[in-house]
Amino acid sequence: MSFWIDPINFVIAWLKGLLESWGLQPGLVTFVMYLIGAFVTTLLAMLLVVFLIWLERKLIGRVQDRLGPNRLGPWGIFQTFADMLKIFTKEHITPDGADGVAYNLAPVISVGAVLMVWAVIPFTATVVGVDFNAGVLYLMAVGALGEMGVILAGWGSNNKYAMLAAFRAVAQLISYEVPMVLALMIPVMFTGSMSLQALVKEQDIWFIFLAPVAALIFFISSIAEVGRTPFDLVESESELVSGFNIEYSGLKFGMFYVADFLHAFTISLLFAALYLGGWRGPGAEQYPMLGFVYFALKTAVVYFIGILMRASLPRFRIDQMMDLNWKYLTPLALVLVAATAVAGKIVPAEMAGLRLVVMLALNGIIFAAADRLMTRRRSARRQVAQAPRPVAHYVQPAPTDPGD
Amino acid sequence: MITGLQAFFLVNALITLFAAVKVVSSRKLVHAALWLVLALMGVAATFAMLGSRFFSVIQVFVYIGAIATLIIVAVMLTRNSMEDVGPQVNRGWWLPLVVVVLLFVGLVVVLSGWGDFGLSTRTVGAEGENVMELGKALVDPNGFVLPFEIASALLLGAMVAAIYLATDRKEGKR
Amino acid sequence: MLDDWLYLGIFTVISLFLPAAAITIAALLSPKKPDPLKTSIYECGMETVGETWIQFKPQYYVYALVYLVFDVETIFLYPWAVAYNQVGLFAVVEALLFIAILLGGLLYAWRKGALEWA
Repeated sequence: MSFWIDPINFVIAWLKGLLESWGLQPGLVTFVMYLIGAFVTTLLAMLLVVFLIWLERKLIGRVQDRLGPNRLGPWGIFQTFADMLKIFTKEHITPDGADGVAYNLAPVISVGAVLMVWAVIPFTATVVGVDFNAGVLYLMAVGALGEMGVILAGWGSNNKYAMLAAFRAVAQLISYEVPMVLALMIPVMFTGSMSLQALVKEQDIWFIFLAPVAALIFFISSIAEVGRTPFDLVESESELVSGFNIEYSGLKFGMFYVADFLHAFTISLLFAALYLGGWRGPGAEQYPMLGFVYFALKTAVVYFIGILMRASLPRFRIDQMMDLNWKYLTPLALVLVAATAVAGKIVPAEMAGLRLVVMLALNGIIFAAADRLMTRRRSARRQVAQAPRPVAHYVQPAPTDPGD
Repeated sequence: MITGLQAFFLVNALITLFAAVKVVSSRKLVHAALWLVLALMGVAATFAMLGSRFFSVIQVFVYIGAIATLIIVAVMLTRNSMEDVGPQVNRGWWLPLVVVVLLFVGLVVVLSGWGDFGLSTRTVGAEGENVMELGKALVDPNGFVLPFEIASALLLGAMVAAIYLATDRKEGKR
Repeated sequence: MLDDWLYLGIFTVISLFLPAAAITIAALLSPKKPDPLKTSIYECGMETVGETWIQFKPQYYVYALVYLVFDVETIFLYPWAVAYNQVGLFAVVEALLFIAILLGGLLYAWRKGALEWA
């Protein structure tokens, strides 16, 4: 195996040979290799955040007609390092009456849950942590742990704003898992496996073309899972001040920040792997590193769209956010799963071209119908909204008789 | 000499049982819910050791993602019962202990008559369990299609009941 | 095959250890000067009134319940989705029935106003 064809596996094989030449037992060699692999992956993911924060600040700055960070180093690239050093030495203030266990556990769980996703992502044709045959469900399970982090932070801080954020987290993060699971079911149906590597390998035609509406649902609900604008009700600055992380300071707050950016990048990775063909591209089978480049490019595109969404959309109100999920995305996803199942049986997978056309048409029809229904509901509601109505139900207390 | 897997099993079982005991003995309700999460994690790890990826992941997804969260929400919504003061056990605490010990001994006696009792491990299959076979069996007319459909009707019933109980009927009909 | 779990286990431990270690190091490096004003609960400058764990809308609980039902139902659908390529049209019809019942539950919740953020 040459270095230039598959450098990562080359290094892995070299390291393995080195450990075996030291006379370690095979079981121990596996253990040490896994330890190194997991450590390197998580550490790289954490370090990537430094770059992501800079990138996002720069891009958002440009969208808002500012320069963004531009003082330290070329294009201000060292700004995040300075921020990181600063936040490392900040005091950790624990609020009065905080629940010690929940308060300190929450930032760790938040970051950990995002990092765990990286264990199953297929980076190239040959490099994948675990080719896990329940990978799709693993993603959802780990996502559930991340929610636990937000709930713990909100509950443990002994702060009403944080508590309210915890409730919103329950309402939002949990609800949006439903359309997400359903949207993921369609690629699983096409593939016949839940392993992410198998899902990538199956995509001779990218799933975004076979199931564009499912891809859209997945994208929307995963942004809601991250809790970014327009779904940042959990940490909305203008109403909850900062939401669940309001009482955190120093690196504990920094960890929530890391989790947020890393999660945003991780969902881009997942979207690229699940709907944009992952590492697939011309020559990616022969030269796995090329696949890595394709994967990175696709992820960057998705991440960029996510940042643009963040920069351009206002925040949803909570009833709008819940309506979007339960009255639009969830029924749409259910209908989509049913329709795709029927169409997939009528047009078998062997007729790839016809299948593509049928699926595209089906998705178009369903989306148009859903949009039509939505528009009608919206206009009906607008008519109701135009009628004058009281802003709040304030009942004047009855005057009490002082003689009583 | 015990193998690494057996050692891990014992440690995991101890953690799970300890967490389970803490669930009922914690004074703070949310702490009890957190211990419950740990206990459920231990069960997931047990599934993992049996080689069942699907069920281990589902254990985390459904029990921790949904049920534990539901319990935490329920706890957060109940006011004035955040902390349990007062004694943790009543006077008859020894009676259930005797019953439980007897039950455990009885189970061990009954199960030791079973042929596979001494088996150290039994994994579900060479490649882990076959989710595809499970899926086929669920929709096979000769398999489990009736339970499959009844499960959905049952869940519908659960949803109707939950909504009936949870909605505020004082406001009258909407 | 258990090797997979070994890797996942190691990965889980490390991904929890890394942030925990970072926080511990930072906690050692950072100054510790608590004072009552600093550690008081932040509420935009106001003194907090009453206890934090006040009662919120039970509406949140309804959403959690509906979510739980959907969660369990999708778990039943996933094995079917994996076997989808191998089963006939009849199995698809069965799954359609399943999904229809699921949709019926959603419609019931909708009609009952359980999904209304009031």
